[in-house]
Amino acid sequence: MAEQVMKSDGTRIVASERGFSFKRFILQWEWMLVLMLVIVNIINISFSPNYANFTNVMNAMRDFLDKAIVVFPMAFVIMLGEIDISVASIMALSSVIMGVCFKSGIPMGTAIIIALLVGTACGFINGIILVKFKQLSSMIVTLATQIIFRGIASILLETNSVGGFPSWFNQFGWGKVGSVPIILIFCIVEGLFFAYLLHFTKFGRRTYAMGNSVTVSRFSGIKTDKIKLIIFTVTGLMSAVAAVFLASKMGSVRPDVAKGYELDIIAMVVLGGVSSAGGKGNILGTVLSILVIGLLRYGLGLINVQSQIIMVIVGALLIIAVAIPNLKSSIGRPEFLKSFIKKTPAKN
Amino acid sequence: MNNIKKFFFSNVRELSLILVIIFISIFVQFRSGGNFLTSENIRDLFTESAILAILSVGMMMVIITAGIDLSIGAVMALAGMIGTTLLKNNQALSPIIIILVAILVGTVCGMINGVLVSRLRILPIIATLGMMNVFRGITYIVSGGGWVLQNNMSQAFLGVATGSILGINNLVAIAILIYVIGYIFLNYTRTGRQIYAVGNSEESAMVSGIKTKKILWLSYTLMGAIAGLAGILYVCKFAAAQGETAVGYEMNVIAACVLGGVSISGGMGRVQGVLLGALMLGILNNAMPLINVSVFWQEAVRGLIILLSVISNAIIQRNVEVKALRRRNI
Amino acid sequence: MSEYILELRGITKIFPGVKALDNVHFQLKEGEIHALMGENGAGKSTFIKVITGVHEPEEGEIFLNGKKVVFKNPKEAQKMSIAAIYQHGTAYQHLSVTENIFMGHEELYKTGILNWKKMHADARKLLRELGSDIDPKTNMGHLTVAEQQIVEIAKAISTNARIIIMDEPTAALSKRECEQLYKITEKLRDDGCSIIFISHRFEDMYRLASRVTVFRDAKYIGTWGVNEISNDVLISKMVGREITQIYPKQKVDFGEEIFRVEGLSKVGYYKDVSFSLRKGEILAMTGLVGAGRTEVCHGIFGIETLDEGKIYLEGKEVKIKSPLDAMNAGIGYLPEDRQKQGLILDWSICDNITLATLEKFTKGTIINRKKERAKAKELAEMVKTKALSVFDKANSLSGGNQQKIIVAKLLNSDLKVVILDEPTKGVDVGAKAQIYEIMSKLAAQGYGVIMISSEMPEVLGMADTILVMKEGRVSKIFENASEVTQEQILEAAMNIG
Repeated sequence: MAEQVMKSDGTRIVASERGFSFKRFILQWEWMLVLMLVIVNIINISFSPNYANFTNVMNAMRDFLDKAIVVFPMAFVIMLGEIDISVASIMALSSVIMGVCFKSGIPMGTAIIIALLVGTACGFINGIILVKFKQLSSMIVTLATQIIFRGIASILLETNSVGGFPSWFNQFGWGKVGSVPIILIFCIVEGLFFAYLLHFTKFGRRTYAMGNSVTVSRFSGIKTDKIKLIIFTVTGLMSAVAAVFLASKMGSVRPDVAKGYELDIIAMVVLGGVSSAGGKGNILGTVLSILVIGLLRYGLGLINVQSQIIMVIVGALLIIAVAIPNLKSSIGRPEFLKSFIKKTPAKN
Repeated sequence: MNNIKKFFFSNVRELSLILVIIFISIFVQFRSGGNFLTSENIRDLFTESAILAILSVGMMMVIITAGIDLSIGAVMALAGMIGTTLLKNNQALSPIIIILVAILVGTVCGMINGVLVSRLRILPIIATLGMMNVFRGITYIVSGGGWVLQNNMSQAFLGVATGSILGINNLVAIAILIYVIGYIFLNYTRTGRQIYAVGNSEESAMVSGIKTKKILWLSYTLMGAIAGLAGILYVCKFAAAQGETAVGYEMNVIAACVLGGVSISGGMGRVQGVLLGALMLGILNNAMPLINVSVFWQEAVRGLIILLSVISNAIIQRNVEVKALRRRNI
Repeated sequence: MSEYILELRGITKIFPGVKALDNVHFQLKEGEIHALMGENGAGKSTFIKVITGVHEPEEGEIFLNGKKVVFKNPKEAQKMSIAAIYQHGTAYQHLSVTENIFMGHEELYKTGILNWKKMHADARKLLRELGSDIDPKTNMGHLTVAEQQIVEIAKAISTNARIIIMDEPTAALSKRECEQLYKITEKLRDDGCSIIFISHRFEDMYRLASRVTVFRDAKYIGTWGVNEISNDVLISKMVGREITQIYPKQKVDFGEEIFRVEGLSKVGYYKDVSFSLRKGEILAMTGLVGAGRTEVCHGIFGIETLDEGKIYLEGKEVKIKSPLDAMNAGIGYLPEDRQKQGLILDWSICDNITLATLEKFTKGTIINRKKERAKAKELAEMVKTKALSVFDKANSLSGGNQQKIIVAKLLNSDLKVVILDEPTKGVDVGAKAQIYEIMSKLAAQGYGVIMISSEMPEVLGMADTILVMKEGRVSKIFENASEVTQEQILEAAMNIG
């Protein structure tokens, strides 16, 4: 049938299968991350003999995985071409409300559920504002709600903190199944779920589509508002989940908890190859970048590198990581070098 | 009549801000039992808002190019720290030199941001986010984790924030100067207008022979210089420099710009609007304690006002469009 | 002194992987209007960018008044009195008209401060000379496309340009606006400017140009006097083959009514639009640009909400609140702007084709990729896409093939009615014919087809029924398209009396 088409009017056949291409395989961003991960591990192992110890690594995981919980939904947000700066404030608000509820005599289990509802509601508020007022940018809206959410948290608790949670609650942050921390198990399940969602379902495909072009998506019959609302709401919910783990780990809640987390979370997503211009990225990349940043922190911490220097390294890593693909495409052109030397504008 | 109408429509943003400011002022004046509109309080208010206002001009330029600079809080800390560390080691240094050093530090930081954005084409939000970490980290390293406190600062230096010229507080005078320069630069010089051109359409700007990369780079560099200046003034005013100086301050500045009608998508924004935006935030900060709003409420109220302002702006815009459509009379 | 004011010899421009211009020649006489024609992708746009210094060619020479010149950047070309008015508005939407005109060559006081007063006055004068009373202080974004074009021309004049290049200036203009543009162009020529006029429309060329140069596949084909060359020959030069019958309309017996709308209204856009459509019928919606045709179809497809009106499919009323409702009901829409509304350019052919109909390939919640690819291949072949595989990215295809992919995407839904909005706009002649063929096949299969079009020949060649809109209302419906003349349609579309 296909050959006939070709013979009659010269149209070429359209192939629907393609062979394995080594070039395409090797040029994936994930290899870059794997390489970084290997380098980080080599450095860590050579500097600190205690590094490659299963228990230690598991303990390290506990330290950075609370952020990882929010990294996955944030990857969806950034894939849409949006951003959510308010996640850390949502964490603060939901954990504070959990604490306040607990203090007022509500059972811990109910308090946790209330916290999750609060987080969901916060995410929903972000989403609904963005959907109803399309000309507003998510950066501005979540910038404002960031201030509001944390503001409400500090109205509720002022400078106090609430602690004394029942001992079972500590299990979230500190508990282990065998020698594997509960939080790690949770993150693995969560990561698998989000990977499934993004890579195998209609929802994932439509998210990618919206990240590329909301207009095309709308013309293709995609309920763009609904998808955006869901993603922001889920981000709120997962922030609350992270807040529960964090509160459990710290044993108390305060309004200034998780300050600045949003930047770490966004950095992990972007380092993972998710494009903040929207429409590009995958879950594997974000997982790798969580490990790169997390283990780097842990390893440098073992050899007593100041946390401030680690900060510089993480910042520089983020920039280098993002710059590399851009460099690759522009170094090939002679104009690139010329543009540094001469003052003629490089031509595209 | 027609001219008045035109004036009204082309300045709707500024006029409504002024209206809101007047309304808030009257309200606070009554609620506070006349403690708001006193010459002393007004002077305080301007002094408190000066640094925010200075930074807003720089941020406006960056946002007009459709960019953003999240690193300014860190740049302020770094510039303030390097400046005061110099002072700590040599008390005799003139404040002018300290300020120039801080501006230089800021300029270098801004240049780095500028190169990342204009040459390496990294998205501004990512580039400045990364550099925020780097600058903040360097601040800690420079300070060794310590503070530079009032007793390490010379009286001459501390006098910069408290002194005055012609009866105007120095900080306010510097802010006025920056605004005059900013106004002339952005409205009456070629380079200033080219910033708008790049923000409107980078491609067209290139076609009309504008060196777009240079313009982008320049706006981040200017932002850096302004952040350096603001940083040293900030530590001078609070008489303390530390690693955590001005953490999160960038958000206030962005908020002032947004209140002042600068469009995040670029190409739009006016100096006069941004000034009003910064003043508005300053008034809120100043007025809330006067009417006994608990300090814990202030954050939330400020956030709410920013949110309501952008939303109401969106609604007004929508109504204007609908009205224009009705006039088409089909 | 050379005979030619501008001459280009042997220009070659290579982009990574593509030869955008291959040994191309061009000669412009002083004071002539020279038409440059060719299919999309023939290299016209790149050619202009070479002349204006945006691109530096790898090979070849440019002569200005017989002297060899090299343009390193747009500014240098500007200094040599060359100006271009680009196809996609390069305007600064948020800046004033004055600023748009003078950007890059502002009037300054001696102190380096901008002299706004003089610039506003000069801008007003320039616009007056072009017969326009646009207020130079208005924001560019508040002007119509035609007005923006006039501003662009004013800008070219303000740089003292002697050579003006216009890249498809008439593409988005109505008949009347075109006429104004023609007059301005002729005036420029009479004032001594030399003009390169690029257009897809033969009308433009016959009306204005004295000579025409044709490019094809990045190569120079030839230059002729406009009077020496016939329409058919010119088309064959552009396409490289003779096109025998461009409108392959099949005779179809209409079935029963499949689609009907009553009293569609939206404030500010259209009012009281009613029409009906039978199975196998092709209804052309025409009228001036801005008459509300696209807006009506957006209303039907659920992109914008209707203020009033009812939509019936096969006699039953359907409520449409979103594109999804429309597609579920059986209405498909091929958008006007295929790059911004129709395709995700970074995506493969396959992913684009299946985007709107993912349900068909999902089992539970998981997408079955194999099934998806097989279907995409089948559809892509059905519409005769020229591509190597379904993994080719949409932005690697030509305009015509992109349009075919969108048609394929539509065909995967279970439709009863297809709305095609300017399906051949910016599509080259060869692909046009194929799109017409698909259209008439659809009609023959019993679809109801609505085609929005501004091109008179295609309306007359393809439609069974012609609906003319004027200022948001249905001006006239011609039931029997074969007996209608261009003049009758024009009369209905224009505001006469």
